Amino acid sequence: MMNRIALMLGIALLGVSQTTAEDWKATVEIPRLNVSEYHRPYVAIWIQDENRKCVANLAVWYQLTKSGEGEGTKWLPDLRQWWRRSGRSLEMPVDGVSSATRPAGKHELTFDDHKQRFSKLPAGKYSLMVEASREVGGREIVELPFVWPSKTTQKLNAAGKEELGEITFVIPSSK
Amino acid sequence: MNRLLLSLAFLLTAIPSTTYAHKVWLLPSQTVFSGPEPWLTVDAAVSNDLFYFNHFPLGLDNLVITAPDGTHVDAENKAKGKYRSVFDLPLTQRGTYRVAVVNDGAFASWEENGKRRRWRGSAAAIESEIPADATNLRITESFGRIETFVTNGAPSLDALQPVGKGIELIPVTHPNDLYSGETATFRFLVNGQPQKDMEIVVIQGGTRYRNSQEEINVTTNEEGEFQVTWDEPGMYWIETSHQDDETKIKNAVGRRMSYTGTFEVLPQ
Repeated sequence: MMNRIALMLGIALLGVSQTTAEDWKATVEIPRLNVSEYHRPYVAIWIQDENRKCVANLAVWYQLTKSGEGEGTKWLPDLRQWWRRSGRSLEMPVDGVSSATRPAGKHELTFDDHKQRFSKLPAGKYSLMVEASREVGGREIVELPFVWPSKTTQKLNAAGKEELGEITFVIPSSK
Repeated sequence: MNRLLLSLAFLLTAIPSTTYAHKVWLLPSQTVFSGPEPWLTVDAAVSNDLFYFNHFPLGLDNLVITAPDGTHVDAENKAKGKYRSVFDLPLTQRGTYRVAVVNDGAFASWEENGKRRRWRGSAAAIESEIPADATNLRITESFGRIETFVTNGAPSLDALQPVGKGIELIPVTHPNDLYSGETATFRFLVNGQPQKDMEIVVIQGGTRYRNSQEEINVTTNEEGEFQVTWDEPGMYWIETSHQDDETKIKNAVGRRMSYTGTFEVLPQ
């Protein structure tokens, strides 16, 4: 236990995204769009159970800087499924979850099993949800269903049509 | 020409004796908010078409806004235009606001020197406004609630506690948690008690762009509850009324209560 805390501290201090056996990994592609007015999308990534209840928030990318319109939290309800399932009950920013918007391209994300938030999930059907909403653009949600626990590593993938590109999700075996 | 006169005459006689022959409504700019101090802005009007201001502005004298903590707060930038009234509200608290125009008063009609007179005002003004020698005097108590709900952050219930007077809509489904394809349940109270057999009309906004009103008609059950399934996202108008003879106004024949609410249904 002590060793593990030391290891986690070490990772945190070094800022190195070392992979442990328990990490869950995703790639999320934000497509490059040929539009006259482009703003980076707001994106929310979470895990929901069979009843669409949010069981883990993985990431929320939104405009963090203050502008004349007020803080970027004003537009968070545009991520409308996430807002309903989780966002509206949160106090932003959320440590380890919220961060700035990201540019077009493929983003590799690693989610550690902090406090066993994944491995302790009760057995059942779940989905990784990725929702994107872009100012003066569109909104899209992509769902990647999975079952937990699983004796083998699960590699999921799906792709959006407009606001999201390829999405992959790698879930380690539950051992 | 005769036909025009005839139809005009018909129109005049066809207008019911209630004040609101037309639909009354508050139209919120949006109902779901986020941020430290987002602003709501509301149009308030009386019209036949939903939600188009093309007839008369709704008076804002009796605006009652209940904040998430249950206290009353004031609107800002109140203005009355030709066809609509407008007001703003900074949503400084997290939770659900109940925004309402609550009209509490009386109607009266009588004959004076052979002429029919109509009057509307507060119950306290009846004695001074209506002549003592009025004949065929008919006084009706009236209580109307015109409201909408908006939420900053997570929906809350403190502002939605019944005040116990007139018709009130009490959530089973929260009024700011409505989504297309789902069924919502609400309860109507009359003076704080669940009321069965109330006839309710539900109409989606955007009537200008379709041929029929597409009214949904539902009735409350024994518990005062009714359900609506939202086929499409949009703004919806809900209306009901109730009459009884339990009035505290002297010489009044009865009491008429009305309710209209505006509800936003979001896409999935």
